[in-house]
Amino acid sequence: MKQYFDLLMMDYTLQIITLGTAVLGALCGVLGSFAVLRKQSLLGDAISHASLPGIAIVFLVLGVKNNNGLLFGALLSGLVSAVFIKGIISKTHLKSDTALGVVLSTFFGFGMLLLTYIQKLPNANQSGLEKYLFGQAATLLASDVWLMSAIAGIALIVVLLFWKEFKMVLFDADYTTTLGFHVKFIDTLMTSFIVIAIVLGLQTVGVVLMSAMLLAPAAAARQWTNSLSKMVFLAGIFGATSGVLGTAISASANNLSTGPVIVLIATVFVMISFVFSPIRGLLFRQIKLWKNRNDLKLMKTLLFMYNIAKNHENISHPHKIQLLNNFQGYTRKSLKSLESEELILLDKGDWSLTEKGFDTAKNLYTNQS
Amino acid sequence: MTNAQLEIQIILSLVAVACALPGVFLVLRKMALISDAISHSILPGIVIGFFITQDLASPLLILMATLTGVLTVVLVEYIQKTGLVKEDTAIGLVFPALFSLGVILIARNAGDVHLDVDAVLLGEVAFAPFDRWMYNGIDMGPKSLWMIGTILSVSIIMLMMFYKELKIATFDAGLAASLGFTPIGIHYGLMTISSVTTVGAFDAIGAILVVAFMIVPPACVYLLTTNLKKMLIGSSLVGIFASITGYWVAHVLDTSIAGTIATVLGLLFFVVYLFAPNKGYISQWYKTKQQKTEVAMLVFMLHLANHEDESERNINHLQEHINWTKQRAKKVLKLASQNNMIEIEDGVINLTVKGLSFTEKAISYISDNKNSELEGIKQNFFLFRG
Repeated sequence: MKQYFDLLMMDYTLQIITLGTAVLGALCGVLGSFAVLRKQSLLGDAISHASLPGIAIVFLVLGVKNNNGLLFGALLSGLVSAVFIKGIISKTHLKSDTALGVVLSTFFGFGMLLLTYIQKLPNANQSGLEKYLFGQAATLLASDVWLMSAIAGIALIVVLLFWKEFKMVLFDADYTTTLGFHVKFIDTLMTSFIVIAIVLGLQTVGVVLMSAMLLAPAAAARQWTNSLSKMVFLAGIFGATSGVLGTAISASANNLSTGPVIVLIATVFVMISFVFSPIRGLLFRQIKLWKNRNDLKLMKTLLFMYNIAKNHENISHPHKIQLLNNFQGYTRKSLKSLESEELILLDKGDWSLTEKGFDTAKNLYTNQS
Repeated sequence: MTNAQLEIQIILSLVAVACALPGVFLVLRKMALISDAISHSILPGIVIGFFITQDLASPLLILMATLTGVLTVVLVEYIQKTGLVKEDTAIGLVFPALFSLGVILIARNAGDVHLDVDAVLLGEVAFAPFDRWMYNGIDMGPKSLWMIGTILSVSIIMLMMFYKELKIATFDAGLAASLGFTPIGIHYGLMTISSVTTVGAFDAIGAILVVAFMIVPPACVYLLTTNLKKMLIGSSLVGIFASITGYWVAHVLDTSIAGTIATVLGLLFFVVYLFAPNKGYISQWYKTKQQKTEVAMLVFMLHLANHEDESERNINHLQEHINWTKQRAKKVLKLASQNNMIEIEDGVINLTVKGLSFTEKAISYISDNKNSELEGIKQNFFLFRG
């Protein structure tokens, strides 16, 4: 660990890469929140695969490996694919999953065709196009990171400017239309920024894993809060943290590509959130279930006691515990916990209902609160 | 055509059919993207299997990879059931994680294994004829031909055995359950077949393009027919056609065979999407336009029926009143007079007897909004089109 920090202090390249993955993670987290909430999680997967032919075409046309140019190609082809997906869903009876699958696989296949075609070209300046498949964070340059930061800044400003509109379209698009907002414009704006985030991530994590960068931080953040602003903020933090941690781990071990490590870290965040989130988490839910079951058992015992005690004039008349033997649902522990709630009194093998216990049992069925 | 070329084409065609059969059901069950998830997440299974066997065509590797595929489905469904995230997010979370695991496994052991991610993801069928199965010194043909042939035969046998069950479970899961079939059993059976097919096909065409083979042919055919049997046969034919065309195009361009086939499939889909009768883009566009004019005409006739006064029914006045552009007004006017709904006398428009009775029907439909009335109107509408 210390070794890594020393390296981070010394190594300019590592600083750049760490900064780049952090910015990318934060950007993806923020924009991914919108994708997840709009049920467009897999749109990111389709668009990232579909950006491959754009990269190849720009290379074929320009003949050089200009990074920004290639990203622009990816952006165009991503947007075209988004239009196609929308067209298929709205004009035919094919469902969104089929539309995504068709566009994803055929665009990617076309990209493969072009890439293999480029590889056979004589002016083979093409090495490095494959890096867009799986991404190579190590190829990030300072200029790339600046571009990324600039776009992240713009995205942040747009999100803040259109916060109210985004929020309304997310949760009630019809109502937003009736209020006179231009939903189609807001919708397109949101999708365009998601596409931009995907394209920026291609160089670092690659087309195959890009969708996870978009989804995982947002899905993790969703578990901790029900407020959109908190979710977006948390998703940004999760994304940035996965980026930094992923870079650190892959830098300190041999043969670990950064993209997959970042994705795995983000997945760990998701798993932790699924299990331990205090509002929605699985663990908490299980504990609540146990507690409810236990309460039910205690109340059943109390009711049984009440049915015995109500036939006596003095409700607190002590009874033998053996009396409860007909009733299967009691244990020494459950009696103890009833006593600790002052519902009954225990005295050497005798039990008696307290005033409070009698009232609780009496109102068990009538008091529905 | 050399022997190897013929063998490659046979392998590709078998892969196409083997993928298209489960693909039809995936598309119909709205689970198309499960194939995407499976095709990515079998990677760790393949890698671990390869560590053990060192042979991409060994049954153990296929078993391991298939198990990973089924595990993916189970995981996705478990996450969906918790309700913590929406369904599609569950898919999007599971497969990148498993895929990353596979990539890291390969990278960590790069020195020991002759397997790289590109090979698994993109595949290369051109080498398939060189990996031959020798039995007692006799050449039995390429290994992958045998593998995909076996997988295809198994799925065809399963399909014939459980055709009825699959059909009912796909279109009405509730009915299937009440008839005593287990939709869950059928579901997992289908998932297993999809996984096995993906594993069997990745070697030849690569994991990502398995998705193209599984989803695109059924999607094409689904735009042309809604008959299940026709869909199964049609998808297989589309797959075979695209494979063979794609192979020769790739041969000429000297490009990736799998990528070229996917491109051919994409073009085919695009053509069908544009031109499919009734369900294609153009016919939908035409239909929408037609409906717009029909609605406009209805509005126009209701307007006429509402205004007894002659000055209100003057041609020029109407244009201002309903606020249509000149072109649109002309079109509607033409359609109405062609169908003998109106007659024009000295620039004043009158409803004919036919037009009047039609308008009355329309009003009675609008006011009580019953479907039975709608049927009658619909038939009247068809009159206009002729």
